[in-house]
Amino acid sequence: MKMKILVANRQIVRPGDVLAIIEGSQITPKYLPEKHIYIHGNRVMTDIVGLVNISDNEIQVIPLEGKYIPRVDDVVIGMISGVGLTNWIVDINSPYSGILNANDVIENFNPITMNLRDYLDIGDYIIAKIIAFDRTRDPLLTVKGKGLGRITEGVVVRIKPSRVPRVIGRKGSMLNLLTSMTGCNIVVGQNGLIWIKCRDEQRLEVLIRAIRRIEARSHIRGLTEEIRLFLEKELGRRG
Amino acid sequence: MFEKPVLIREDGLRHDGRRPDELRPIKMEVGVLYNADGSAYVEYGGTKVLAAVYGPREVHPRHLALPDRALIRCRYHMAPFSTSDRKSPAPSRREIELSKVIREALESLVFTDLYPRTTIDVFIEVLQADGGTRTAGLTAASLALADAGVPMRDLVAGVAVGKVGGVLVLDIDEVEDEFGEADMPIGYAASIDEIVLLQLNGVLTREEFIEGIRLAKKGAETIYKMMKETLHRKYLKVLEEV
Repeated sequence: MKMKILVANRQIVRPGDVLAIIEGSQITPKYLPEKHIYIHGNRVMTDIVGLVNISDNEIQVIPLEGKYIPRVDDVVIGMISGVGLTNWIVDINSPYSGILNANDVIENFNPITMNLRDYLDIGDYIIAKIIAFDRTRDPLLTVKGKGLGRITEGVVVRIKPSRVPRVIGRKGSMLNLLTSMTGCNIVVGQNGLIWIKCRDEQRLEVLIRAIRRIEARSHIRGLTEEIRLFLEKELGRRG
Repeated sequence: MFEKPVLIREDGLRHDGRRPDELRPIKMEVGVLYNADGSAYVEYGGTKVLAAVYGPREVHPRHLALPDRALIRCRYHMAPFSTSDRKSPAPSRREIELSKVIREALESLVFTDLYPRTTIDVFIEVLQADGGTRTAGLTAASLALADAGVPMRDLVAGVAVGKVGGVLVLDIDEVEDEFGEADMPIGYAASIDEIVLLQLNGVLTREEFIEGIRLAKKGAETIYKMMKETLHRKYLKVLEEV
């Protein structure tokens, strides 16, 4: 498919903006929700406020706002919001609440003799992975796996879900920078909740400020370098 | 207002000094409310409207949820202090109707099938009414939806065309609406060239109707451009503060 691209890489676009003109006569109207583009007539348009990303003649828009929609294999951080007879309801900061089955947490689970509240109670935070979701039913979670399970220490910070890709960075560059410079343990949930464990209060405070900075300035070029300077200045001052 | 004022002056200008095809001064801003997922504030001259969008989020009460798409709920409401005589805060017949037509305009643009079993709630609050509140409300709602990151085919700009003193005029205000011959609010999605809201109160000939649509589209395109600039401005503001 031949396209004449009208926008620059990393340009801010809004719903209804024309990104490209398709050359050719056989054009079918199409909608690609994952890329936030749709084809109207011979024009490629976007459906959201976001940043254009062009690579290898492929065009897509990365949203700047929006809710978290679960995807299979995502690691998320959630809070137990309800306890059923054989499962927990987990608030994962999304329009769809997560389901965690009891036999995922407890071996040889018996609903008659066991009370789920003895294992996970309302208000507990967990790191979980989504194992099944198709929008017709609520997402199914698991805590089986490395690094998953109940959170017993540290701090959970909440950011906008649309900013998560920036906190991780290209191939994890931003997350590596944050981890190596502060020496803190960080787990970024795809739903916008971030778990942090630091050695001391100062590092924790600087790291949270850095994350807030990334959240507010996520559409800016060269953000990784800016955050590096920010961390050097803030951490260096304390020796 | 017991006496009919002069709507079209001798020099061809309107009672407030505008040309027939001139809009009122327009102001808009997005992201004005912290607690909402998206919000916008819009002024068309003396008409001041605030819109807030929540969602997609879980539907309460549960039985309203649709299995194949998101539900859009819309409340157009006029504040008791928005008019010169106190308006009862209870939803009137008029407000229920306007909520419906604005909801249907938005439904035709939002990709609701992406979020089944959820709801997108739109609240439009008229703070000060001076004619054209439904069109200003539609503009504000569209901006708030974009600010909330809801996927939609296009933005929509609302504008009204009226006939006063035998002349077709753009963006009529309260006085012109009250003493004019016709009022035709439209919602226009400029990029995809679709009219998503159209109402007509009064009488227009076929020729006047066609001319009115042309005039309204021209006005809506100006507003549409301002909407896009407003959405852009939110992110440019962050660039400036270092």
